[in-house]
Amino acid sequence: MTDLVLPEGVREALADVEPVRGIRTPARLDYTFTAGTATSRFLRGIRNKQILGQRCPVCHKVYVPPRGSCPTDGVPTTEQVELPHTGVVTTFCVVNVQFYGQVMEVPYVCATVLLDGADLGLFGLVQEIPFDKVRMGLRVEAVWVDDDELTTDLASIRYWRPTGEPDAAYETYREHV
Amino acid sequence: MRDVAVVAFAQSPHVRRIRDRNEVEMVMPVLHQVKESVGIDQTGIDFTCSGSTDYLAGAAFSFVMSLDGVGAWPPISESHVEMDGAWALYEAWVKIQTGAADTALVFGYGRSSPGSLRDVLSRQLDPYYVAPLWPDAVGLAALQARACIDAGITTPAEMAGIAARSRRSAADNPFAQLQGSDDPDVLLKEPEIASPLRRHDCPPITDGAAAMILAADDRARALTDHPVWIRGIDHRIEAHALGVRDLTDSPSTRIAAERAGAGPGTASVDIAELHAPFTHQEALLRTVLGLGDATSINPSGGALAANAMMAAGLVRIGEAAQRIAAGEGRRAVAHATSGPCLQQNLVCVLEGEA
Repeated sequence: MTDLVLPEGVREALADVEPVRGIRTPARLDYTFTAGTATSRFLRGIRNKQILGQRCPVCHKVYVPPRGSCPTDGVPTTEQVELPHTGVVTTFCVVNVQFYGQVMEVPYVCATVLLDGADLGLFGLVQEIPFDKVRMGLRVEAVWVDDDELTTDLASIRYWRPTGEPDAAYETYREHV
Repeated sequence: MRDVAVVAFAQSPHVRRIRDRNEVEMVMPVLHQVKESVGIDQTGIDFTCSGSTDYLAGAAFSFVMSLDGVGAWPPISESHVEMDGAWALYEAWVKIQTGAADTALVFGYGRSSPGSLRDVLSRQLDPYYVAPLWPDAVGLAALQARACIDAGITTPAEMAGIAARSRRSAADNPFAQLQGSDDPDVLLKEPEIASPLRRHDCPPITDGAAAMILAADDRARALTDHPVWIRGIDHRIEAHALGVRDLTDSPSTRIAAERAGAGPGTASVDIAELHAPFTHQEALLRTVLGLGDATSINPSGGALAANAMMAAGLVRIGEAAQRIAAGEGRRAVAHATSGPCLQQNLVCVLEGEA
């Protein structure tokens, strides 16, 4: 406690009182989220098992998921691009720590997957391969949920698995690491 | 002091709810428009500053995403205020005064519609004693309106007149959300929604964005034939606790106006754009600023016609600047407010080329 200046006798009177160390003030606000034109189109594509990106008219980079603008040039990304369901692991991490709400068994692998023809990596899980065999340059393909479970959610891609192709050379994706 | 001018201004149409576009898609068109109007791209901007709050959209760091509409590569000098864009303008003005920038892009935007706005705004209150009680924004404004009526600052009839005049003025503003109004005596027959406020006393809930370019000295003259000079600007804040404030006065506005070179006893004001979301607040601000009948008040319709949170204050400055640039007046006062019951106030004096 700091040396608060209190009226005489107050400190003694409060000697046995438990100090207030915190208060709970629950707050809840509900919002209607607007994904936007570009993201809505992407999410509807996912429901149809399509991966839809957009190309910047200035730098020609392909963004997926698209947000409607090129963050580099600040212009609308108006050209629509459908991407294949294959790509390369540009970077990854092995998760060894259990945390609250976790549904995965550890260890498991999270990775950034650069789709063929894209300039922005998608985030996902890599499975059907031992965790210690995952590596940069690994060629992977999307494993989707069953068709009747497809929805407007990236979780419609359950995970990525190796295609068995030779690894991509570092030079081919170094710009995206 | 360097002379700093507003050289360009753009705003989006202000609407009740933008259903299709995200924040970047909402902001990007005004950013392009304002730059194109003076023929420069982002490489011609020395400093970029925005005003917004993530509480409105309910998305953490959504303000960072709005930079995707700016063109932030190669890396730019940039800042953000969790406030109305008018305060982003202030930061940009200071930056230019320091000599660190000659041009600045300023923008403010808000989607007020995704949440229950009157409840969202309660999160800016004292987190220990006030916010847990969830006093809503309209209710707090009503407390101030009651105090102003009791103090003789205004009357329900004058408030209805302010509402009608504002929304009729907005009929000439293609960006306004509410245009036109019933006569004041008709408005006064409506029920009170938070006594003494009636619906017409309250601002609409608005989604929208605005952007502006500032430039110093000769750079301003090079960019436009009609620079509008910021002759003075200041902002002041009052106590957080509503109970220690006199809600029938606005000392922060008074001092800001004095420091900006406006207020009673200064040169005549042709146009005043006052950020008064509630009708009684216009009456209070007019009193404090000493504005009389010679001044055209809120020819745009003001915040009663469109009140995009975090943009409406910047829009006041932009609207006033556009009218000065168009020769509709020689001298304008623009005002922006933030917080409950006019807690914080910014006053800006604008003049055309001498």
